Amino acid sequence: MTARQTEALPIRVSHVTKTYGSVHALDDVSLDVVSGEFLTLLGPSGSGKTTLLMVLAGFTRPDRGSLKFGDREVIRTPPHLRDVGMTFQNYALFPHMTVAGNVAYPLRLRNVPKAEITERVERALETVQLGGYGSRRIGQLSGGQRQRVALARSIVFEPRILLMDEPLSALDKKLRDQMQIELRHLHDKLGMTTVYVTHDQREALTMSDRIAVVNHGRIMQLATPRELYDRPANRFVADFIGDSTFLPVRRSGRGVAFGDMALTINGPVPEADNLLLMIRPERVTLVRDGQSVAPESNQFAATVREVVYQGDSYLLQSELVDGTLLTMRGAVRGANLSAMPTIGDRVTLNLAPDDAAVIDGSGC
Amino acid sequence: MLNWFQSPATETQVTHGGRLWLYALAALVILFLVIPTFIVIPMSFSDSQYLEFPPTRWSLRWYEHYVDSPDWMLATRTSLKVAVLTMVVATPLGVLAAYALHTAKVAFVRLAFVLLITPMMVPLVLVAIGAFYVYVKLDLLYTVTGLVFAHTVLALPLVVIVVGSAFKSFDMAQEDAARSLGAPRWKAFLTVTLPQVRFAVVTAALLSFLTSFDEVVVAMFVSGGDNPTLTRNMFNALRDQIDPTIAAISTIMIVITVVVMTLAQIFGARSK
Repeated sequence: MTARQTEALPIRVSHVTKTYGSVHALDDVSLDVVSGEFLTLLGPSGSGKTTLLMVLAGFTRPDRGSLKFGDREVIRTPPHLRDVGMTFQNYALFPHMTVAGNVAYPLRLRNVPKAEITERVERALETVQLGGYGSRRIGQLSGGQRQRVALARSIVFEPRILLMDEPLSALDKKLRDQMQIELRHLHDKLGMTTVYVTHDQREALTMSDRIAVVNHGRIMQLATPRELYDRPANRFVADFIGDSTFLPVRRSGRGVAFGDMALTINGPVPEADNLLLMIRPERVTLVRDGQSVAPESNQFAATVREVVYQGDSYLLQSELVDGTLLTMRGAVRGANLSAMPTIGDRVTLNLAPDDAAVIDGSGC
Repeated sequence: MLNWFQSPATETQVTHGGRLWLYALAALVILFLVIPTFIVIPMSFSDSQYLEFPPTRWSLRWYEHYVDSPDWMLATRTSLKVAVLTMVVATPLGVLAAYALHTAKVAFVRLAFVLLITPMMVPLVLVAIGAFYVYVKLDLLYTVTGLVFAHTVLALPLVVIVVGSAFKSFDMAQEDAARSLGAPRWKAFLTVTLPQVRFAVVTAALLSFLTSFDEVVVAMFVSGGDNPTLTRNMFNALRDQIDPTIAAISTIMIVITVVVMTLAQIFGARSK
């Protein structure tokens, strides 16, 4: 490929705290980013994810804590000496320069010879599929193209760390989906350690090696997308990522029970008093009359309260014996095409032992 | 024409016909404001010994008189020198102040802003009297330095307001981007921020030039001796010997002012 692999650097955040008045924007945050990893900071607005990114970039000076890029302590290093690439939410391109002028900016600051600048700018533009766009003005570009220019500008000086602050939030959905895959490929190609901030859980699941879910200035869970989705550490993470229904359960022997019904669960039961069974809508299946199910799976009797047809799938809300509304997502094919359940039907819902997770329901 | 009377003047139901009284009033106000200024122009080309309107015979003798007079030339040099220096001092100071007010996240920003623009609100004569007493003590009376200081105080509010409003529409994330790309803050400001507010800066510079060049009240108090300004000499000349030289000088000043204001307007429009 045209771009060179850069030697990535690990990032070590230790005990970083930042307060604004009485608000803890960051509350004793520690985080290790492995070199070459694509790590996403995911959280609602005001969670502290952007503050953490700004600490990494050097624009926010934490009250306490240490930050290391490789072996180098950088907490006191000003942004321009940190050598990290960064892209901003609204791209922050320089409208008084051409595309090439924007991309050449970091190279000119580093006194790279003219001929080399031209070559590297063109190579960076090719990497983001904007070869030949160098002489355009920023105002002539579409949102997606601006995003690519911002990206080219942040990688042209071959930083070993790349920070991205919601880079796709201003794009429309189709383009965003396409750019997610593209950014991920680019990361694999260039190999720099990447920290990505987003509030979009699907984006995080799509792109990341690992995701740190941030809330109230703390990291609620740091895990791979799969772990995060299938084994959330707490109610906040389970709620924030994906949709789910929570059933209050209690410890019963080695497993748990819902009301007087013992459940079969493959997976750990956390040491907590307040336990919840998390059920993802697409993991529940509808048992049809005469259909045989695995004997160890859990079956819930329920009454259909709502059926919503959504084209590629349908949503079914059914009331369990304790009054909880359980949401299930079913594929629209086969038997469902001709006979969707209707409101008032008594149905049986099936949940396989692998598809259920018990989480600690206390706190958030 | 009849159609025009009945066509709508705005998005409401008012027609141009219904607005006629307003147009007439506006025209009167404009005439009232402009005529005294322009009456001076024909008077300056008069051949008469006295200010006379309309002139009966035409000549350029009062322009010659102005150019040949060492006193008027001295005053003109002083005025131009002071105006240029005021511009050179007030513009960078005002830009820095506006930048600080825009970026600082401290509580006294509003107070600092009000302090900076007080010279615009305090009666000029108070500024002039204050400057006079201070300059007597500092030995700055009748000096170019003193005049430049006083005029800089008057020009600063304009620079702060004009450049400050340009900063408001500038996306500061660009400066952060420049810094993350390797630029120290001052360099980020010079290469990214300043080029994008340049029209506002030029406008502010032209306005500071005019502020000083047109200024009378402070100049009456602290200019004189070896360094009288044009405005001060004109005021004295009007009082002592009324001759059409004043009209000639006024005409020249009108031309300079109009040219500078037009430039300021052009640059001001570009900064939007």
